[in-house]
Amino acid sequence: MKKKYLSVLLTAALVTGTLAGCGNSSDSGPGSSSEKDADSASEGKIINIYSWNDEFAKRVNSIYPEVKKVSKDGTVTTLKDGTEIHWIINPNQDGVYQQKLDEALLNQESAAADDKIDIFLSETDYVNKYTDAEANAAMPLEELGIEPDTDLGDQYTFTKITASDINGVQRGSTWQCCPGLLVYRRDIAKDVFGTDDPEKVGEKVKDWDTLKQTAGELKAKGYYTFSSYADTFRLYGNSIAEQWVKPGEDTVKVDPKIMDWVKTSKEWLDAGYFDKTVKGQWNDDWNKAMGSKSKVFAFLFPAWGIDFTLKPNWDGGDGAWAVTNPPQDYNWGGSYVHACVGTDNPKHVKDIILAMTANRNNLLKISKDYLDYTNTKSGMAETAEDSKTYKSEFLGGQNAFEYFQPVADKIEIAPLSPYDQGCVELLQNSFSDYFQGNVDFKKAKKNFETAIVERYPDLKGGVKWPE
Amino acid sequence: MKPKRKSISYSKWGYIFILPFFISFFIFSFIPLADTVRYSFYEFYRSGIKEIGPNFIGLENYKSLLQSDMLKYAGNTFILWIIGFIPQIVIALLLASWFVDIRLKIRGKQFFKVVIYLPNLIMASAFAMLFFTLFSTNGPINSIFMSIGIIKKPIDFMGTVFGTRSLIGLMNFLMWFGNTTIMLMAAIMGISTDIFEASEIDGCNSIQRFFKITLPLIRPILAYTLITAIIGGLQMFDVPQILTNGQGTPDRTSMTLIMFLNSHLKSRNYGMAGALSVYLFIVSAILCFIVYRITNNNDPDGSKAAARKSKRARRG
Repeated sequence: MKKKYLSVLLTAALVTGTLAGCGNSSDSGPGSSSEKDADSASEGKIINIYSWNDEFAKRVNSIYPEVKKVSKDGTVTTLKDGTEIHWIINPNQDGVYQQKLDEALLNQESAAADDKIDIFLSETDYVNKYTDAEANAAMPLEELGIEPDTDLGDQYTFTKITASDINGVQRGSTWQCCPGLLVYRRDIAKDVFGTDDPEKVGEKVKDWDTLKQTAGELKAKGYYTFSSYADTFRLYGNSIAEQWVKPGEDTVKVDPKIMDWVKTSKEWLDAGYFDKTVKGQWNDDWNKAMGSKSKVFAFLFPAWGIDFTLKPNWDGGDGAWAVTNPPQDYNWGGSYVHACVGTDNPKHVKDIILAMTANRNNLLKISKDYLDYTNTKSGMAETAEDSKTYKSEFLGGQNAFEYFQPVADKIEIAPLSPYDQGCVELLQNSFSDYFQGNVDFKKAKKNFETAIVERYPDLKGGVKWPE
Repeated sequence: MKPKRKSISYSKWGYIFILPFFISFFIFSFIPLADTVRYSFYEFYRSGIKEIGPNFIGLENYKSLLQSDMLKYAGNTFILWIIGFIPQIVIALLLASWFVDIRLKIRGKQFFKVVIYLPNLIMASAFAMLFFTLFSTNGPINSIFMSIGIIKKPIDFMGTVFGTRSLIGLMNFLMWFGNTTIMLMAAIMGISTDIFEASEIDGCNSIQRFFKITLPLIRPILAYTLITAIIGGLQMFDVPQILTNGQGTPDRTSMTLIMFLNSHLKSRNYGMAGALSVYLFIVSAILCFIVYRITNNNDPDGSKAAARKSKRARRG
């Protein structure tokens, strides 16, 4: 009898054990807090930088003057004074980066000095979450000894607003400013319009109505205007009038601009102006749409998109692409550099932020090497003039800054909320089914409502759709 | 009076040896498990980087789960599981009975055993990633079909409910049929060859032999396979998660229960996730119980019921 009970117990133990894998318990952090606090006056030996790709790492490694050497796998950068920068990189997709970062931020206080986060990066989509005054994760720049008005005086104002908390305290700084352009294939332009001159092509895409006509011309020759409906999202999504979720409220408010996007996208997709096989961005099909075999005429990209996304995916030679004005001025992305509260290397952090985001010469060098549109008003005015130094081989000798600059001057950043990334991602996913004809409009709306509460349980008020 | 200690008991060594397992089980499995159940009664999640809760809210989480689409996801999970499981068990039974059949004299048995087991060695997520690339609209499968001339336009496998579900079922089948085959082979080999011989002498054909001898005699192992497959099926996660990018597309028709749970964990919603885990636990406990009863009590000879009957007969 005893044996039987034991076997039942063992079976139960096994079953519960297997199922316990679903549960998540991760609140045990190392508890060595006080001993290291004593030597916080002197700088630590390791600078931990959290990011979602190697964009910032690449720029630091090649531009920051204190860099001595970079390890072979690129995860460790050694500075001249022997301090090591450790790059902790987690992909952005599916919120992985933020999960890891949040976990680390929660343990920040109890972490050993060398394990503390010193710098972390955030994207415009979720910068608001980290600059939040109450959360106090990103250090106000003034506390580091950086004076935003003077030290960062040459930066574009909208980048400074974006990185500020609700009280207007700036808690981050960026080296880039992301005005977007329309990047098109020269060969397709020649085939369809008989010219690849950016001025003339610019005329053809100058606003949505003209672009729609142009899309018809492209279609007649068998080309797609853009690869997917997600490509045009930023133009609508970043010009919304009110934030997705207002501070203190628990209702998601969908802007009429977003519904415009839904309407136009469906229309364009059904008309065959998008490539139906490309669903959304950042996937294999999308990458292939940038290859030489693709029939896609243009992409809507800011500077980083051209260098970081388009260039690696293009398999032909240089000079096949060109930029021109977009149908609507927009801004997409931007990586903000934050000093993390509790850092044990404040001096290094200050120096890195200043060197990478405020030093005009360094920024111009980044612009030259990486085609980044950098965060210096005076510097960018110079690049727009100086077509000799800043011409891009990839764009066939074109000076892209000439086109970036007017867009940058007109950017007004859409009001942000901490829920932006989830809202944007989930809305695109939900309506993706609608575009492809899997669900009707009503169901897509409902799916978004379901998904948003799953992601953000505190948004109890549901979703308010425009009339 | 006899001395108390007549024989030396070694049993304490047994307990000492299994102690490490129980200690680690207690720390790493039981405490988190109890915590999961505890948190399921709390409102406890993170908004941005601010922690909300834990506030005790009773059965609120359970209630709101019932109001959500949980049952639909349970249905999805079941469908995805059954699509993979039916071919898996059929093929595995077939292969197992062929492989152990002495009269068939299959050569290279060992080789085939390794080959059919191989897909199980690949990580499920890698396998899903592979299928994702293979079956994408611009992927190799479509280009092969197009160059042969079977189809004119690329098939959008992952854009249809049927396509996505079949792919997930196919993957689960490929990954697990080898494992099941080997388990069933072991079971069949455990059957005494005398019985097979006797049945042959009595003029039993191979189909009769399979249904009248092999199947009834491997019932305990079949039950075990079924139970593990059910529990595995309930926990189906990585294949659909990777294949659909965590969205359960299209229209959430390939969203499984654990994917649902995972989307709660994105906001670190321990309360809701805990409640869902408790539901899952109850469901799997019930399923296990049912399967256990079915497979153990209907056996006309050798089962508990039969034993009870014969006992009664003897007594009477």
